[in-house]
Amino acid sequence: MAIVSSLSTKHLLGIKYITTEDIETIFQTANNFKEVLNRPVKKVPSLRDVTIANLFFENSTRTKMSFELAEKRLSADVINFSASSSSVKKGETLLDTVNNILSMKVDMIVMRHPAPGSAYYLSEHIDASIINAGDGTHEHPTQALLDAYSIQEKVGNIKGKKIVIVGDIKHSRVALSNIMCLNKLGAKVAVCGPPTLIPKNIETLGVKVFYQVKEALEWCDVANVLRIQLERQDIKYIPSLREYARYFGINKQLLESLSKKIVIMHPGPINRGVELSSDVADSDQSIILEQVENGVAVRMAILYLLAGNVSN
Amino acid sequence: MAKSRIILDNLQFKLTIERLCHQLIEEYQDFEDTCIIGIQERGVQLSDRIVKQLVEINPKLSFPYGKIDITFYRDDYRRRESPLMASNTEMDFNVEDKEVVLIDDVLYSGRTIQAGLIALGHYGRPKRVELLNLVDRRFNRHLPIQPNYTGITIDAIDEAYVKVEWEEQDGKDQIILFPTKQS
Repeated sequence: MAIVSSLSTKHLLGIKYITTEDIETIFQTANNFKEVLNRPVKKVPSLRDVTIANLFFENSTRTKMSFELAEKRLSADVINFSASSSSVKKGETLLDTVNNILSMKVDMIVMRHPAPGSAYYLSEHIDASIINAGDGTHEHPTQALLDAYSIQEKVGNIKGKKIVIVGDIKHSRVALSNIMCLNKLGAKVAVCGPPTLIPKNIETLGVKVFYQVKEALEWCDVANVLRIQLERQDIKYIPSLREYARYFGINKQLLESLSKKIVIMHPGPINRGVELSSDVADSDQSIILEQVENGVAVRMAILYLLAGNVSN
Repeated sequence: MAKSRIILDNLQFKLTIERLCHQLIEEYQDFEDTCIIGIQERGVQLSDRIVKQLVEINPKLSFPYGKIDITFYRDDYRRRESPLMASNTEMDFNVEDKEVVLIDDVLYSGRTIQAGLIALGHYGRPKRVELLNLVDRRFNRHLPIQPNYTGITIDAIDEAYVKVEWEEQDGKDQIILFPTKQS
């Protein structure tokens, strides 16, 4: 008999709220969707009677397109919303906006919002299934899942692998979700960046801290390099991007000076010449474009598994 | 409570598979522009056996052989408690203008085959599709779907359950009819 697969939760609010078994179920389902994406017709009818609203209260290119494509590949009906062109500008509250959208019979919500905890808040007040596509500096669970899936695809079982996250850890939701996801999968995780961009007591999350990028890269098997999020920085945490690039930027020369070949990842958008030089971003050690490709399959898996809970 | 009974024993099972293979050879001869596709997951045990037997009968036969999973095409998704876990699809060819022999073990409501035909359409437009089943439960159909090649036809009530057992997995090739579904 076919094995039943479902997640332990109705929503995907953060990696914090899902189990290791959930992550494995998502990866296994993503493998099947990856095969679907390589067919001549890259579409399945699974979600044909499900309506999904993509609510983006914050800018996004990759995540929004990736979700939209995943939804369309699953045959869902999709409506898009972005805050810049909506009634939010006229003073409507988040809950009112969402309840108005839900009364148009929407089954699932994919939401990005600048306020940490906004997806959780919404899940307490509405019935629809919610997928967090980034809530401020808090979590970005689908990015962490697709990162871990891409690592597993490239280097095999994640358990025991050493992964360092380099950059602006303080303002990064990708960093937090990645740390939790990789920890759940049994990886050894470290962070590296200027002291001002490493949160206090981050060791309590079970990570090592490096302040020298070369030392961190020598230690790791995989480096996930993040962008400096100037838009979230209220004060100056680093003297200049030029100085950051000099001390924490990764270039070909640095990679070649290491004793082993490591894998380079980046969730995008890349600031070429700041955190990564162009020759590193485009090298065969980089799996940046694989991450984007896997993003669609992983998001299809999440939508498929959560939509099973949506009542008819 | 009524007991289960064997409706196709080991020897009859072997003869049935051989007969089905000969019927396919009669129709497709050298299998030019023909491919065989098994439906995951139980149809694949049958298609594996058919493919093996075909090549034993005529070692010169060569044709594309694929395995297709229909989980994402099922019409009962969200009508069940939880979604089903998908199996692997192994299709490294497309079916454009090909003759396709679609294989599944038991034909019951016809919904699996319906999903299989939709899935198949995603690999091109086949010239013709024929259906081969080991067991045809002809009075339990929900859709107008009929097999072209049948191992055995069974007239059973809806509650009855037909189990195909395979030597590789269950120790013996046989088909058993149970009065109710086994847990």
